[in-house]
Amino acid sequence: MEKKNVIINLKNISVAFDGEPVLKDLNLYIRDGEFVTLLGPSGCGKTTTLRIIAGFQEPDAGEVIFEDKCINGVPAHERQVNTIFQRYALFPHLNVYDNVAFGLRLCKMPESDIKKKVEEMLELVDLKGFNRRSIDSLSGGQQQRIAIARALAVDPRVLLLDEPLGALDLKLRKDMQVELKNIQQRLGITFIYVTHDQEEALSMSDTIVVMDHGEIQHIGTPEDIYNEPANAFVADFIGESNILDGVMKKDFKIEFSGHVFDCVDKGFKEDELVDVVIRPEDVDITTVKDGMISGVVTNVTFKGVHYEIIVDVGGFKWMIQTTDYAKEGKKIGLIIKPDEIHVMKKSKYSGLYGDYSSFSDEMDYISDVNEILVEEEDEDEEIID
Amino acid sequence: MNNKTYNGISAPYALWCVVFILAPLVIVAYYALTDSTGAFTTANLSGLSLYTDTIARSVYFGIIATAICLVIAYPLAYFISKTKASKQKILLMLIMVPMWMNFLLRTYSIMVLIEDSGIINNFLVSIGLNPIHMINTPGAVIFGMVYDYLPFMVIPLYTAMTKLDVRLIEAARDLGASGFQTLRDVIIPLTRSGIVSGITMVFVPSVSTFYISQKLGGGRYTLIGDVIEMQFQTAYNYNLGASISLLLMVFILVCLFIMNKFGDIDEGGSIV
Repeated sequence: MEKKNVIINLKNISVAFDGEPVLKDLNLYIRDGEFVTLLGPSGCGKTTTLRIIAGFQEPDAGEVIFEDKCINGVPAHERQVNTIFQRYALFPHLNVYDNVAFGLRLCKMPESDIKKKVEEMLELVDLKGFNRRSIDSLSGGQQQRIAIARALAVDPRVLLLDEPLGALDLKLRKDMQVELKNIQQRLGITFIYVTHDQEEALSMSDTIVVMDHGEIQHIGTPEDIYNEPANAFVADFIGESNILDGVMKKDFKIEFSGHVFDCVDKGFKEDELVDVVIRPEDVDITTVKDGMISGVVTNVTFKGVHYEIIVDVGGFKWMIQTTDYAKEGKKIGLIIKPDEIHVMKKSKYSGLYGDYSSFSDEMDYISDVNEILVEEEDEDEEIID
Repeated sequence: MNNKTYNGISAPYALWCVVFILAPLVIVAYYALTDSTGAFTTANLSGLSLYTDTIARSVYFGIIATAICLVIAYPLAYFISKTKASKQKILLMLIMVPMWMNFLLRTYSIMVLIEDSGIINNFLVSIGLNPIHMINTPGAVIFGMVYDYLPFMVIPLYTAMTKLDVRLIEAARDLGASGFQTLRDVIIPLTRSGIVSGITMVFVPSVSTFYISQKLGGGRYTLIGDVIEMQFQTAYNYNLGASISLLLMVFILVCLFIMNKFGDIDEGGSIV
């Protein structure tokens, strides 16, 4: 892909709410036409970052650069940036047509041009003929589309999307993900997308920015983020991962779980302590004799495409996803190929993420729900501020 | 629950309606359409033309007082709805507190304040300024109305504004609306039910009020409410008084009807 111009550049942005830092010296540039996702748990500062770009929140320190011009202090309505809000924020007193035409009317466009543009937008989001419908009569998915049409009608250079699919059911979410990606590619405008759903981020983005506690943890392509996570937080947040303590013996040699493995990583000090990430699908199971390390199967769950097996290797419980079946209680061997091992420098997140000893699907589900609830409260608070 | 229980529950209210709403209405209508001997006549109604000026003045004062209330209350209500929840309660309380005081007392105290030798003028003289003649002017009467009825404007506006989603304001700004355009195209349309309720709740009592103009207007700006009071209290012409009341009631009903034409956009806003 050709390198395009940087359209938005955030320089040393810091924000605090009531003395509580929300963003800490954040630096981020975004290229024109890119689909960038800000990904992170609730309270990581992703929505605040979006609101700073939109102009709803002024940073305490730092500069917001839009095409080489500092736009600090430029009010929201004078920025070439539009937002798709959580829960859409469509105007309930206006019908579909007037909602989409809202921004166009403000630029004093002649009514005949407005009509053309609105028709074009409604066609884009597949809601032709909905002109006279009231907002209340639309389903969640339709409202979402109208919100997209309304924001795109004013030809923004950058579209900001704040968890736009959060209120939709799973099936609709998947459809809208594809559709949003298509729209973005067709129009070629920059999308900055905020979500806490890592799957959504992986499947839609050109670039993912993983954030936590107001700091960027990793910027990279979805493949980078998944395969080469920058630290234990990123590895844990994106997908499932076994995160172990390891020692880099020398270049291309790493020791963990009592075994020295070949790997593809180099450039560490001799005997440097590191974090090792191995994805559950990257481990092959075999007999004890053929395995590099061995352990006892403590739990097996059938997942459809594969089995999810928890293996106790010297007290550390691994998660392994494999199409091979292994019975609970059986001793098995594990094989890990050099390029499946990812080595990371120690960070403040090291040691925070344990093994899968307390793992259960149910627990996972419950903690997800909590996260969503907390998220909602968080956002509301931010808006009040 | 079946219909019978429903009827049982609503019985007290039905009784109330008949005794205190329906019956008085019938009595008013009876007096309005009879003379002092009890014979049917329309003379009372045709005699109302004598009061055209009074009615016009009442409506005129009412409209001005309502407009002033709206102009004061709208930004005030917006401001209150944007403060922190704990502060909102205190601010609302401050708006409500004067209403706990008797209406006649409040009006009387305004008189004491703005009299030619009242507290304000005494103060002005004491700091070497010329006294200002305020009492017994139309302005004083209208001020009395605004002072007495302002809370009735603030409360419904505040209620409408707390229901206003901040995201809609942000969405408007985001789409290119300036502060004024946001107010015109989003905030006012979305608080219309509150505006309509507020106008109704201030206009109706302003038009029909008595006492305010007697005390603050010095009897020079008699309003229709005062005329009614006079007919019953001093002239003992119940028939004329009743017919004026009837006219006023019809007039207010028409006003409410027109207002609700504008207000029915939203739920929970309309008065009738």
